[in-house]
Amino acid sequence: MMGPETNKYPRGKRDEEEEEEEEGEERGSEGIHHPLYTAEQMQTLALDDGIPFNGEVSTSKSYSNYRSAMTTLSSSAAEHPLIPPPAIATTPAVSDPLLFPSHNPSPDSPSYADVIYSPFHDSVPESNGNGEISKEVKISSPGSQSSSSEYLKISVSNPQKEVESSNSIVPGGNTYITYLITTSTNVLDYGGSDFSVRRRFKDVVTLSDRLSEGYRGVFIPPRPDKSVVESQVMQKQEFVEQRRVELEKYLRRLARHPVIKKSDELRVFLTVQGRMPLPTSIDVASRMLDGAVRLPKQLLVESRSVVEPQDVLHPAKGGRDMLRFFKELKQSVVNDWGNSRPLVEEDDKEFLKKKEKLWELEQHLTNASKQAESLVKAQQDMGETMGELGLAFIKLTKFENEQAVLNTQRVRAADMKTVAMAAVKASRLYRELNAQTVKHFDTLHEHMGLMLAVHNAFSDRSSALLTVQTLISELSSLHSRAEKLETASSKIFGGDKTRIRKLEDLKDAIRVTEDAKSCAIREYERIKENNRIETQRLDGERHADFVNMLKGFVTSQVAYSERIANEWAKVAEETSKYAKESSS
Amino acid sequence: MITTVNAQQRSGSSPMAQSPRSPSSQAPYLTVSVSDPAKMGNGVQAYISYKVITKTNLPEYDGPEKIVIRRYSDFVWLRDRLFEKYKGVFIPPLPEKSTVEKFRFSAEFIEMRRQALDVFVNRIASHHELRQSDDLRTFLQVDEQTMERARSMEIGIFKKKPADFMQIFKDVQSKVSDVVLGKEKPVDESNPEYEKLKNYIFQLEDHLAEAQKHAYRLVKRHRELGQSLSEFGKAVKLLGDCEGNALGKAFSELGAKSEILSIKLQREAQHLLMNFEEPLKDYVRAVQSIKATIAERANAFRHHCELAETIKFKEIDMNKLRLTRSDKLAEAEREYEELKADGAEATRKFERIVKLMNEEIVRFQEQKTVDLGVAFHEFAKGQAELAKGISEAWRSLLPKLENCSS
Repeated sequence: MMGPETNKYPRGKRDEEEEEEEEGEERGSEGIHHPLYTAEQMQTLALDDGIPFNGEVSTSKSYSNYRSAMTTLSSSAAEHPLIPPPAIATTPAVSDPLLFPSHNPSPDSPSYADVIYSPFHDSVPESNGNGEISKEVKISSPGSQSSSSEYLKISVSNPQKEVESSNSIVPGGNTYITYLITTSTNVLDYGGSDFSVRRRFKDVVTLSDRLSEGYRGVFIPPRPDKSVVESQVMQKQEFVEQRRVELEKYLRRLARHPVIKKSDELRVFLTVQGRMPLPTSIDVASRMLDGAVRLPKQLLVESRSVVEPQDVLHPAKGGRDMLRFFKELKQSVVNDWGNSRPLVEEDDKEFLKKKEKLWELEQHLTNASKQAESLVKAQQDMGETMGELGLAFIKLTKFENEQAVLNTQRVRAADMKTVAMAAVKASRLYRELNAQTVKHFDTLHEHMGLMLAVHNAFSDRSSALLTVQTLISELSSLHSRAEKLETASSKIFGGDKTRIRKLEDLKDAIRVTEDAKSCAIREYERIKENNRIETQRLDGERHADFVNMLKGFVTSQVAYSERIANEWAKVAEETSKYAKESSS
Repeated sequence: MITTVNAQQRSGSSPMAQSPRSPSSQAPYLTVSVSDPAKMGNGVQAYISYKVITKTNLPEYDGPEKIVIRRYSDFVWLRDRLFEKYKGVFIPPLPEKSTVEKFRFSAEFIEMRRQALDVFVNRIASHHELRQSDDLRTFLQVDEQTMERARSMEIGIFKKKPADFMQIFKDVQSKVSDVVLGKEKPVDESNPEYEKLKNYIFQLEDHLAEAQKHAYRLVKRHRELGQSLSEFGKAVKLLGDCEGNALGKAFSELGAKSEILSIKLQREAQHLLMNFEEPLKDYVRAVQSIKATIAERANAFRHHCELAETIKFKEIDMNKLRLTRSDKLAEAEREYEELKADGAEATRKFERIVKLMNEEIVRFQEQKTVDLGVAFHEFAKGQAELAKGISEAWRSLLPKLENCSS
């Protein structure tokens, strides 16, 4: 585990203890546990090193302890026992070189190491034995579970224009909108019950990005779209209001997700005043520079161009992972076009079947969603036209009454009025029914949107697999180079100093790569398990949501149709004298 | 009275008969029906022909039952002849000529037209004045060749399109406002009640046209709702196949019910079209026919006024001639007498129109109250049944949904 000398933070020990506890629980139970912990860590580099970081220590051994870069908290560790990290069982060969200073890019953010929350040991488990969360009531308060009294209520309000200070070349600066995010909760982790912060959309993007890095394999609710519109439109009331609604929906979805609701990222987003201390992803410049700095080193000293274990915990992006990115790209090409099959591949037949089914579901969901939209429109039109017809008859009634010369005209006017009133009432009823139908069908649209989260989670899996495959190829090429060197140097009596050194370097590289490979495999397995758990959870949720949707839709259709029928039955009764008069 | 499909069951109401059916009955009767539309000819020349069946015991008609084949232009001929001969009577309106080619032979259009033609003939047969017309007898009795000959003779002489009626009325109106020439005195009857009636008729048309427009849209909405419900049902069924187990079954049921309701909606759309929208349209046409009669009355009035003017001038001329003991006097006296006869005839014609119109308007209003009442009743009945059907169909789903959430 983490050697004490590398552990600057008092938490570490507790981590260890907790891990053992959880491990014990874990081994004994058969239940499904949510892998709350992520193996991700933020590794944006500071060019000037030596900045004492107040994030976490990242080590290969404890990576599985990682929640996110932001906190050292161990909250809710007990209720979300993680997938037993293999690191606990095995001791990686190398420890020191793997220490990598993590950098908190926001210099003025509070130091979380100093903030100690009591571990949330005694929370009520949030999932029932099967790991399924059943939702009895559809529109329940966010985060409420069947067996828990916890809540996390979020609302988004009060959009305000603010000006981008300094930095801007344009005088007067850029303006942007911030929203007031108010949270009320009884979750102990939050250390308070009411919070109120101002955030802008960029912050939401950051939150979303950090979540997707930190929770690979999890079906993370997708965030609202960035809209590509001109700045004028951005300020318009309608747009701002629409975005406010979307943000609220998004945050509430996050708060409902059994794993994400416990995340530090979300908590920080909701509670920290002032500038949000999550590293923005638009640190490409520093990452690029970082990559540029490392690349020549990597190229020059080829044996050092290894993928480090902690690197494999996130997908290869550009910037600092440049070399790894290209290696994996090459590997994917080999996978697709090469003659031999990769050594490790997706062999989980259950998963493949499930994936197929999910894509089929997505298709049908999209279709149903679209048809639901046109049904709603047709119902709306019906209500409108019925109302217009009613109004036309009301006008006619008035006209006939005013102009009446003969009594029969007044009789006709009275008949017309009966029909007109019924039509107007029916129109109102149609429109009310429609408003409810819209809400019910929202479920379809929601679940359709969630498919994106599933895609993302599954691609987390495939990119983790690609990393494994790449490392395996890497290893095999390293081994073969080492062999060649050994054979060559054995031929020279007394050895060749350069060659020996090279061989040693190679052997080092092999060791590091082996570790990286183990990490990568563990990461891959972890993501696989996340996928599995989430798939089950989603199936259960979807099932419950659809049942509620159907019930709601059918019930309101019955109720309103009956009322409409009654209105018209009355009119039919009042005009029945005409029915008798007409034969046939 | 307007009823639905088969007017054979209706009695042609003569003042004395109640509901005579058998030929042996003493009371006179005349019942007509228009049925069995059939497409004749090919290509551009193609048209629809209808069977017109007459059942009567009136002596002027040959035999208790006669079947003839007629086409739309024959009906137009009849309408035009009646319009010429029975000025002052509100001639029953005809359904419009179809302007859209592809619609001309659609089943829906043909059926609507058939129904309207049936109503047209029956209204004539039940009108106290119109039923005695020779032209009606011709229409109901003669063979097709004779009919065709009669029809082609009328072209150019009496052939008037509905647009022509409007033109006549516009001419009358323009003449009324044409005081520029001086000698054209305003030919307004200066009858306040009649003015009120004219205003009423014009405004009524606008109101009715609007109501009819919305009624037609309502028909479309029913069709659209039916269509989208059907599509929705299909989509939901596919979704159900994905889900499987109780939920999947519920989805399938939902889809099945949606399809059923879609059919109900289409049927109601058709029912609305025939029994609600069409009567409204018929009402509009009837009002337009009244406008044509108004135009005729204005013509007759103008004619009567002009003649009165001419007679006055002629009298003055005549007296002049008397004083000068001209030998043109005798001729002038003769002409004067002729003019006076014409004038009396014109006045008589005008007054007859006025009398007829007064009776007609009462008849019309009463008829329309009944017609609309029937239409309203059908409308309400149809909507009530539809809504009830919808609620029942959905209600039957509820127990299955209960099973799902267990």
